[in-house]
Amino acid sequence: MSLATATPPVPTRPRSLGRGVQTSRRRLPRWAPWSILGSAILLSLAVLTLADATSVPSVLALAAVVYAGGITVTALVVEGPRWAKDRLATTVVIGAFLVALIPLVSLLWIVVARGLRLFSWDFLTTDMVGVFGSMTTGGVQHAIVGTLLITAAAAVISVPIGLLTAIYLVEYGRGPLARAITFLVDVMTGIPSIVAGLFAFALFTLFFGPAYRAGIMGAVALSLLMTPVVIRSVEEMLRLVPNELREASLALGVPKWLTILKVVLRTAVAGIVTGIMLAVARVIGETAPLLIAVGMMTKTNTNLFEGRMATLPVFAYNEYSKGGVGIDRAWAAALTLIVIVMLLNLIARFVSSKFAPKAAR
Amino acid sequence: MSKRIDVTDLNVYYGDFLAVEGVTMAIEPRQVTALIGPSGCGKSTFLRTLNRMHEVIPGARVSGKALMDGVDLYGAGVDPVAVRRQVGMVFQRPNPFPTMSIADNVLAGVKLNNRRISKSDAASVVEQSLRGANLWNEVKDRLDRPGSSLSGGQQQRLCIARAIAVQPEVLLMDEPCSALDPISTLAIEDLINELKEQFTIVIVTHNMQQAARVSDRTAFFNIAGTGKPGKLIEIDDTGTIFSTPSVPATEDYISGRSG
Repeated sequence: MSLATATPPVPTRPRSLGRGVQTSRRRLPRWAPWSILGSAILLSLAVLTLADATSVPSVLALAAVVYAGGITVTALVVEGPRWAKDRLATTVVIGAFLVALIPLVSLLWIVVARGLRLFSWDFLTTDMVGVFGSMTTGGVQHAIVGTLLITAAAAVISVPIGLLTAIYLVEYGRGPLARAITFLVDVMTGIPSIVAGLFAFALFTLFFGPAYRAGIMGAVALSLLMTPVVIRSVEEMLRLVPNELREASLALGVPKWLTILKVVLRTAVAGIVTGIMLAVARVIGETAPLLIAVGMMTKTNTNLFEGRMATLPVFAYNEYSKGGVGIDRAWAAALTLIVIVMLLNLIARFVSSKFAPKAAR
Repeated sequence: MSKRIDVTDLNVYYGDFLAVEGVTMAIEPRQVTALIGPSGCGKSTFLRTLNRMHEVIPGARVSGKALMDGVDLYGAGVDPVAVRRQVGMVFQRPNPFPTMSIADNVLAGVKLNNRRISKSDAASVVEQSLRGANLWNEVKDRLDRPGSSLSGGQQQRLCIARAIAVQPEVLLMDEPCSALDPISTLAIEDLINELKEQFTIVIVTHNMQQAARVSDRTAFFNIAGTGKPGKLIEIDDTGTIFSTPSVPATEDYISGRSG
């Protein structure tokens, strides 16, 4: 059989490769899924109107089921069983994706919609000094400062510890010690945040007495939660660095520590920054440990080592429990927190893309 | 800038497992020594012991002697880092540093060691090394492009340029052409012929024709079976090995009857 045999122009019939394997078959036109989707929605609407149970979720849910059945059966009839399975799988995957999006989108929607009622430049730049009762003035400046300071202090504590631990585990750790550390890190990942708060509180009470309150207590509590996340993500990133690069560097007569510093860390830096940012995002919204360790304050306190500090999550909690205009303040504070996390993520992405290996293929 | 290596009774272990047993051979300066043999017979393992890269693998150790111009590579006071500066290595798969430009890749041996180098010196090192690796004409206009933008064959020559930029005495090559197409392979082989004017070269290859083409001496390694240590069967001038080897196993392997 020669490969050079000319293919017949425009196959009018399905061509067979023998034993029923066909190279071409009738396909549904591109508009078919959409029209089936439209009919499914109309049908569900009609059925539910008859049953007097019309609501957006119920119509969509029924329409999804009707569509999945309809497209599969249609495909089975027109295109054959293999395409029918493909259509069904596509429908299920897209459906699962949409379901997964619902909580995310609705959360963002609610926070933005309710947060915007009080959110303004004034809200970001005033504190709560002299705000009583149902006054609608006041803002979160003190809480933004507190959150940023405490989170930064937590990062200063946990990033070096996490980075060095991860380097040890990936580049040096062998045997029982490394296994023990990995196990303990796993255990630490599961520490409830309230326990971290109580631990920090107890620790500082031992040294400074029960009346001592300071931002650093909260930072210690948060670093307890942050360190295992940093270790885990940095470890993953370092393991992704190909061994060939380490060998290439070592074979050039570069000592191991310089190889780690200038090849391994340099290659993984984009992922490391992303991992650290995820860890920051993980702890920046922690409420319980800060409530215990740092408390609340109506004005800005920039001294991490003395006195209570306001933080955004605790502020939101406090205001919400006051009720009234406090609830609006809580939502606006939540929006502020989300905006901060988003900004941090944007910065991380920028840094990552700047340092990422330039794979120009 | 080239030294001889005398290996005596070298055993390589991975943990308790004896991987290579009793290698005794002389690696002549300014010659290409090819190591051939079936997979798993310890050629690459042996090659790595020549610049102590085997120590990177946990549990790997050697006994025996490897003297480079009379200095024991495994001597008590010898720093493996110093050994690797004198004995460069090129790997099976091209592995340029992905975060560095072509020029920085060539200078990697200098820059990664935190050594200061003036701009003009750096430029001349880059040009000389890339010329030495027959790559200069292809990349001279894009030295600040990432190393990964080159083709596989060019990347491998970039790795060779990187290795010779630190001016080693000996160059080890672990199947440098196995990931390359025939034309890139030819380019590397031509390069090896030029490099042996300056360097002592040891090359591991699975390609008989390549061993016959590029090497002056050929060493045949073999393994009795899985779990047994690899051994050096014989080493001789390449012409002799490929025409009248003294051990029948060598002839079987070369003629394709085994291995």
